[in-house]
Amino acid sequence: MSQNESGRPYLPGLMTQRPVIHITLPRAADVLWAMEEGLRCASLAAVIGEVWGAPHVLDFTATKRLATRAETNNLPCWLIRRGATPDLSAARNRWRIASLPSLAHPYDPQAPGDPRWQVELFRSRQADPGTWVATYDRAADRVDFSAAFRDGAVADSDGSAERRAAG
Amino acid sequence: MARQNDAPPDDVAVVLATEGPHGPVIHATNRAARLAGIGAGARVVDMRAICPDLQVEYSDVAGDKQALDRLALWARRWCPWTVVDGPDGLIFDTTGADHLWGGEPAMLVEMETRLSLLGLSSRLAVAPTWGAAWALARFGPVRAICPFDQLAARIAPLPVAGLRLDGDTLLLLQRLGLKTIGAVAEVPRLSLARRFIRSALPANPLLRLDQVMETLAEPVASIEAQPRIRAEARLSEPIQDPTHYLPSLCADLCAQLAHAGLGCRKLYLTVYRTDGEVSMVDLIIASGSRDPHHLHGLFKGKLERINPGFGFDLITLDAGMVEPLGTVQTRLDGRAEADVQLPQLIDRLAARFGSKAIKQPILQASYMPERAESWSNAAPKNHTTFPDLVKERPIRLLTSPEEIRVLYAVPEGPPAQFMWRKQIHRVARYEGPERIAPEWWKDRPGTRLRDYFKIEDQTGRRFWLFREGLHEDGRGGDPRWFLHGMFA
Repeated sequence: MSQNESGRPYLPGLMTQRPVIHITLPRAADVLWAMEEGLRCASLAAVIGEVWGAPHVLDFTATKRLATRAETNNLPCWLIRRGATPDLSAARNRWRIASLPSLAHPYDPQAPGDPRWQVELFRSRQADPGTWVATYDRAADRVDFSAAFRDGAVADSDGSAERRAAG
Repeated sequence: MARQNDAPPDDVAVVLATEGPHGPVIHATNRAARLAGIGAGARVVDMRAICPDLQVEYSDVAGDKQALDRLALWARRWCPWTVVDGPDGLIFDTTGADHLWGGEPAMLVEMETRLSLLGLSSRLAVAPTWGAAWALARFGPVRAICPFDQLAARIAPLPVAGLRLDGDTLLLLQRLGLKTIGAVAEVPRLSLARRFIRSALPANPLLRLDQVMETLAEPVASIEAQPRIRAEARLSEPIQDPTHYLPSLCADLCAQLAHAGLGCRKLYLTVYRTDGEVSMVDLIIASGSRDPHHLHGLFKGKLERINPGFGFDLITLDAGMVEPLGTVQTRLDGRAEADVQLPQLIDRLAARFGSKAIKQPILQASYMPERAESWSNAAPKNHTTFPDLVKERPIRLLTSPEEIRVLYAVPEGPPAQFMWRKQIHRVARYEGPERIAPEWWKDRPGTRLRDYFKIEDQTGRRFWLFREGLHEDGRGGDPRWFLHGMFA
């Protein structure tokens, strides 16, 4: 569902040197099972899952299983949720992400420049919640957080994080 | 001689091509193509002129060789001594084996039937020597059987191409007026020997003739089949559920594999039911393994597919696709190495979801966005080299481009507004066009070029759109617009 709605990851655009293993599964329960299996494997660098909507299998217990397993094996795990409402979750950091108009292009006033997002950390165990504007610097391959509305410490997004993307 | 039978119907001319120095060269033809006057070795472009609706497929020479190697072992069902002969032939030493099939004619019929069941067309002959069988199978009558005392008489009318000579020597013999093997045999032996004294075996008609006539021995050196690795459990009375026997079967199989220094990539669990039926479950493993716990875990959830009937009393576990596998040392803290874990993860996922769900993208050298990455089966050894991309590419790509309705100010320029999935997006900023021309060597004629735009709408969402074709480019009507991907 998520693949039909918003496409699949596109390797030439991801600019990654590492091999990527991609699994497409029709049911949310299978996605969670595959993520847990991936978190058991020490050869992976990270596990990223994407679930559309709010299926009933993705409840507090399921997110807690993912979070504890990620902490046990010290593997970063992201769960991307599209078209969902922020309901109960045991994720250590929960983010809400929306796109913002991009920066000005240095050479072309008509063209969009480096992308920007509004990033809101609305629930976290380690850091204070806050809202930032994130900018991606393509030349340096780096995401910069700048405080937009109020100050807040820049948090790592390790552990399981919930994210609602709009772009 | 066995030739790969093509799926297309027999009245369509199909050829297999390989890359030659000046473009593709025909490697093999089907019957319709041969009737149209197309022979192997000709260039594809020339033959397209003769036969415009010729279908050309690229041949898989390495795959054919592997298939022939497997077929040589499969053919051990008829006789124990088989060997691959060249790129398209098999030689069986049927001495003492023909009476098992009811004599030589019945054996040939049986072979032809079995091979045609595999989808292979074959031409068969029985002869006392390798060379005579080669010539009779290719140039002799159908299912020729040549007794030893008639060898010279049966071989004589065949063309000299039946002597397994190279092209230059065949041309020379043709210029000398020697058209049949019999004509070569009638030439005095001394003059043939004097003419070809320095030639190697493939260019020496005298040595080849001696091989056909059995004056020069040509033994069949059979290859040795790999030993079959199997564990079995014979039960005193029939049971319905093999679960309790699996751990010991896996341990037994893995001990055999470890003893031989092998790992297997396929597993077949077969149960033999008391009513004579056989039920089987098979598994594919991403890389060679002989870890009993891992192999046992892969059968989880698969045993329901076995139909036990009234019970079974024999369980076998066979290892397929065995390959050499060295011993791997575990770490001192008892955990497995990281490079063992990844194949095992792929196995567990593939055993549960099927290997088609697990894919790995691999970058390809192509400017067409769909062809810039290919999806292959996940394997732990796949590594991609990252090409230098000049232009920015979206991070997500739709499976197929979705058509959008646009309003634009300038026909060649970007849209001012577009409608995608019933929502109207106004274009705030744009970048482009980036023109990507069709790949004429792959695409069909008439494929239109694409002008890609990076668009940002009023809320900051960034899309990748393209216009297919130009106005008045003579390839269809007005250009259409598609949405192909999203930027971060």
